Amino acid sequence: MLQFLLRRIVAVLPVLFVVSLVVFLILRLAPGDPAAVIAGNSATNEDIAKIQVQLGLDRPIPIQYGIWMANVFQGDLGFSYYLNKPVTELIAQRVEPTLSLAFGTVILAILIAVPLGTLAAWRLGGWLDRLLSGFSVAGFSVPVFVIGYLLIYLFAIRLEWLPVQGYKSLSGPSAAGPWAWMRQLILPWMTLAMIYVALIARVTRASVSEALTEDYIRTARAKGITESAVLLRHALANAAVPIVTVVGIGIALLIGGVVVTETVYAIPGLGSLTVDAVLNRDFPVIQGLVLLFSVSYVLINLLVDLSYLVLDPRIRY
Amino acid sequence: MKRRSLFAASLSLSLAMMVGGTAHAQNANTKVLRFVPHANLTVLDPIWTTAYVTRNHAYMIYDTLFTEDAKGQIKPQMVDSYQISKDEKTWTFKLRSGLEFHDGMPVTSTDVVASLKRWASRDAMGGILATFITDYETPDANTFKIILNQPCGIVLDAFGKASSNVPFIMPARIAATPGTEQIKEHIGSGPFVFKADEFKPGALVVYTKNTKYKSRPEAPSAMAGGRPVNFDRVEWVIIRDTQTQFNALKAGEVDIIEQPSFEQMDALKKTEGVRVENYAPAGMQFIMRFNHLHAPFNNPKIRQAAMVAMGQQAYINTQVGVPELGRLCRSMFPCGTTYADEDTGYFTGVANPAKAKQMLQEAGYDGTPVTLMRPTDLASIAKLPLVAQQQLQAAGFKVDFQQMDWATLLARRAKKDAPAQGGWNIFLTAWTAGDITNPLSMAMLNAKGQNGWFGWQDEPRLEYLKGRFARTTEAAEKKKIATEIQRVAFETSTHAPLGQYISPAAVRTNVSGMLITPGVPVLWNMKKN
Repeated sequence: MLQFLLRRIVAVLPVLFVVSLVVFLILRLAPGDPAAVIAGNSATNEDIAKIQVQLGLDRPIPIQYGIWMANVFQGDLGFSYYLNKPVTELIAQRVEPTLSLAFGTVILAILIAVPLGTLAAWRLGGWLDRLLSGFSVAGFSVPVFVIGYLLIYLFAIRLEWLPVQGYKSLSGPSAAGPWAWMRQLILPWMTLAMIYVALIARVTRASVSEALTEDYIRTARAKGITESAVLLRHALANAAVPIVTVVGIGIALLIGGVVVTETVYAIPGLGSLTVDAVLNRDFPVIQGLVLLFSVSYVLINLLVDLSYLVLDPRIRY
Repeated sequence: MKRRSLFAASLSLSLAMMVGGTAHAQNANTKVLRFVPHANLTVLDPIWTTAYVTRNHAYMIYDTLFTEDAKGQIKPQMVDSYQISKDEKTWTFKLRSGLEFHDGMPVTSTDVVASLKRWASRDAMGGILATFITDYETPDANTFKIILNQPCGIVLDAFGKASSNVPFIMPARIAATPGTEQIKEHIGSGPFVFKADEFKPGALVVYTKNTKYKSRPEAPSAMAGGRPVNFDRVEWVIIRDTQTQFNALKAGEVDIIEQPSFEQMDALKKTEGVRVENYAPAGMQFIMRFNHLHAPFNNPKIRQAAMVAMGQQAYINTQVGVPELGRLCRSMFPCGTTYADEDTGYFTGVANPAKAKQMLQEAGYDGTPVTLMRPTDLASIAKLPLVAQQQLQAAGFKVDFQQMDWATLLARRAKKDAPAQGGWNIFLTAWTAGDITNPLSMAMLNAKGQNGWFGWQDEPRLEYLKGRFARTTEAAEKKKIATEIQRVAFETSTHAPLGQYISPAAVRTNVSGMLITPGVPVLWNMKKN
């Protein structure tokens, strides 16, 4: 077990190195120059050249990469070209909204999707199953921004129950309290949960329905165990591995940024930070974010793998 | 019965508390103004960048020596009085007494000189003025002098220019930062104080009232006069999505949207509790810029043919789409401003493809493709190149249409290579009127060749006339020279003006006092009921 963990953690290092190198090269070789963006509309070539020197962009690419890597090893991801603030600080400011959005969405989706998928599997072809299939198609096909605008119109504009936009912090000096935090996030959670409910419910339905055809289910029923116990303790428990895998992927995708939802609800998360950084060619911020996303993907995958040990005792590493 | 009474009493108390709470909240709400800027504020240094959003931020926290009033005249702001020597080579300025930075330190002449030097290192007009200045002197804390090598007619125009880069006054220790480096502290002496600890990039910018601000006694007039502040706190709320901006305004979560999208104008006008307010009547101007270095536009006759092919109405219709917000204006200096002149010779602003085709033939156009760049992600100008492509093709040009994001376009337009090697022939953009009202601040009239603005026109006549303009102190003579500059600019086709437009703000009806300015949304003088 310990060996497995060490092996996985060590395996992350070359992944991070390759990802950082590729991203660094893509950014430097792609068209677009942050100095030109900074210099503005009335600048001249001379102005741009001065800014390039100040940002260190006039140096050869291998030297730029070497300096950046040396700083990363010391925990320094550099400074944003525009905001003149450490990249770590900028990312730290955006982590809470993103995690709030991601975990809230996933928890809401699990609470709705797992029972729905299990019941649909229990009564395959029944009205709930058909309803779930229809909802899943809608959840996958309706664009997120359409769902967002509809929810805003209904709950914020017509009923005036919830705010249109913004984020209120849960922690730090500007913390607004859990209720204020939650009020801001209810609509974004509902918006994003539509897709994840559709996805997790479909996977749950498929896994549970497959488990229900197994011999041990027939044996359990023959032993006279209640149907709810059959469903929860035997079918759902044995169907958990694919469900947890999908939930893990969902969390990773949500942390990677849900730009549209962040934009529609004006939530200052990692997604909008990434888009701004890419559009402005804010190289240090992009590189820092890519590193963060890589590490979080690897960690979430690792946690999902470890969860298999608990969910399925047959699995051993 | 007892239980009922208790319930009734509790209910009454709760209601009373709610009402009281609401009244308190309403009172607090009138002291906070929430403003949605046109872009995300990323750079806080108004000298390091020319971005308008940074300039607007700077007007919140910094003050200027001079500024423009509603008639477009330059008026003292931080300056109390000034004198010009008989030989017009020494200007002596006295600062108003009692001016103070947000850190409690007094504003001194040393701060002013350091700020002016840093500004002049980056600003085009400041750079021209610097060529006249031989020395700065600070005889006392409230007085500074500039010594000129010859009389100069742009001292006040430069010190009072309202748009980027504006000579904002900062403490000397901050202004000592080279102009190519960003400042790290944001301390001014303006009407609002920047709350660095509450700044959340991409989400929120917070300002509080500068209780020690010494407002001028005169009534507010555009950027000039008094700057009364009626809010304890101003929040810039960053909302990228225009539909969300609209929804937030409608729900009363924000009070002003600086630049709502043109598509929303009709809906905004019909929305209860919201009005559309045109605070910048001079507006903005679309322009098309040629690359003078490469074929086919290194041939002035071909540039003229392209100008004749341009019709302003199509640009206004396509990009703005709201007839009352657009205006045809042939002048390079925006119509309604001091140097505007619609005597533009062959350039009529009405598309004439037949004449353009004929001119193109006479000029010997050989079918060299015209590389036209389009920024797909900049909604405010993204449609312009589509019109240009059609109008150029209608005149017989072969167009190589290149689509890219704005950051790529900015990098590519700085390349002097031939279009086939990654260079370009044409790009289109928009300028706020305040930036192009003067021949010295209009980037397109920079005709210093390889050292000039993108497009690198080499036209000594323009540079000579600009020099004369800078030296002239007589208003009538200045106007005459500006007219001559525009004549030469059209003759040599520096660029094509493609129509003028205004971009009004959307404001809640309980907010009043928005000042008419040369394009800067200023938040002093405003009130909220």
